[in-house]
Amino acid sequence: MSELKRTPLFESYKKYGGKTIDFGGWELPVQFSGIKDEHEAVRTKAGLFDVSHMGEITVEGPGSVDYLQRMLTNDVSKLKDGQAQYTALCYEDGGTVDDLLVYRRSDDRYLLVVNAANIEKDFDWLKAHAQDGAEVVDRSEEYGQLAFQGPAAETVLQRLTDADLSEIRFFRFREEVPVDGRRVLVSRTGYTGEDGFEIYGSPEDIVALWDAILEEGRNDGVVPVGLGARDTLRFEACLALYGQELTKDISPLEAGIGFAVKLKKDADFIGKEALLAQKENGLERKLTGIEMIDKGIPRTGYKVFKDGKEIGHVTSGTQSPTLKKNIGLALIGIEHTEPGTEVEVEVRNRRLNAVTVETPFYKRPTNS
Amino acid sequence: MSVPAGLIYSKEHEWVKMEDGKARIGITQFAQEELGDIVFVELPQVGDQLSKDEPFGSVESVKTVSELYAPVSGKVVEVNSGLEDSPELVNESPYEEAWMVVVELTDESELEELMDADAYGELIEG
Repeated sequence: MSELKRTPLFESYKKYGGKTIDFGGWELPVQFSGIKDEHEAVRTKAGLFDVSHMGEITVEGPGSVDYLQRMLTNDVSKLKDGQAQYTALCYEDGGTVDDLLVYRRSDDRYLLVVNAANIEKDFDWLKAHAQDGAEVVDRSEEYGQLAFQGPAAETVLQRLTDADLSEIRFFRFREEVPVDGRRVLVSRTGYTGEDGFEIYGSPEDIVALWDAILEEGRNDGVVPVGLGARDTLRFEACLALYGQELTKDISPLEAGIGFAVKLKKDADFIGKEALLAQKENGLERKLTGIEMIDKGIPRTGYKVFKDGKEIGHVTSGTQSPTLKKNIGLALIGIEHTEPGTEVEVEVRNRRLNAVTVETPFYKRPTNS
Repeated sequence: MSVPAGLIYSKEHEWVKMEDGKARIGITQFAQEELGDIVFVELPQVGDQLSKDEPFGSVESVKTVSELYAPVSGKVVEVNSGLEDSPELVNESPYEEAWMVVVELTDESELEELMDADAYGELIEG
């Protein structure tokens, strides 16, 4: 077995009681104090995640927009400087290469943030479709990344910076923000369903800020959070996880991220024809929420049945720490996705009753 | 990590406590710590037959499902139904409140294949 990769924060995990696992070739903390505690801390206070394993790829040059418009499903031309966008890379057949964030730093400088397990695949895919005037560079080694998420995140982070964080609105970012003496990119984005930030900087800066934020937030209930709670948090908010909701065999439309697919944008993009056909002919299957009626927990890969006939599979499922319900996301035949449809989930050779429900399972309360 | 003396252990991290020829079975402190927050326990019913080394139920944490493997063969005579509503007891009290089943042994010689506290302690120290 090849050696597991580690982030710059590896040595810091132990100090905070982190328990590590092999996550797609990375040795990362699955939990610190416990998944349920950490999950609740993010929903009610704030939690800090090491997400330095994520990949950073830059696209720069006068042809960047044209190139990205051809590669990405969303409409890059709509971005202004300092704005981020959720988007996807697709294959010609509409299957998904990856889902990612694209940041517009200026009209000819873009930053793509991709899933750790897909860095090499994405980079190869981007290079294979290279165009003049758009230089693609994998800079994953140059960046560390923290996610600081939860209702208290802004208050705590604000105490460490002179910049006015309230000016960084949702899906906006600012570069060279001085945080505790470090200059980093601060973005109001995340993968938990809560308000919060993602912070990109050099490995040294990220290691320093990890300690600084946890120290500053100690009395506010800020805790370090592992991958276990990252997964349950994103699951409740119904944010797709590549490898489960999205794969090379699942299109963004089927996975319910059609909002990131702009079939009407001027530029043709890879996968457009196939996705257009899916839309025009109607989807055959779609991601839907399910809730167990019988006792049991739906898990990734479990088969779903209706009247004895297999209709799809569970992509993600758990006992929701916030709702205390056994719920899942399932990719099933579209004729069964109306909320309230009774289906069966096969749990270890037993067919258990479940019902389709609306998503997302969790939406953060708004102040207004 | 403390491993209670007087119990015997399987390599799958179940403990067995012998009481008047019957075996009370649960999972160890080590097992519950490895699993993390437990949210669901699936157990057999009274009258079911357990076969040594075969799955007889499952324990689910937030993150994962783990099969329970029978450390001995026998007929189930008692089930801890309290775990259905309070699966967290497995985290809080694995050796006491969170016992899982009591079985009448089919073959007492199977007990010899299990480990005492010292041997199990060495196994988990690795």
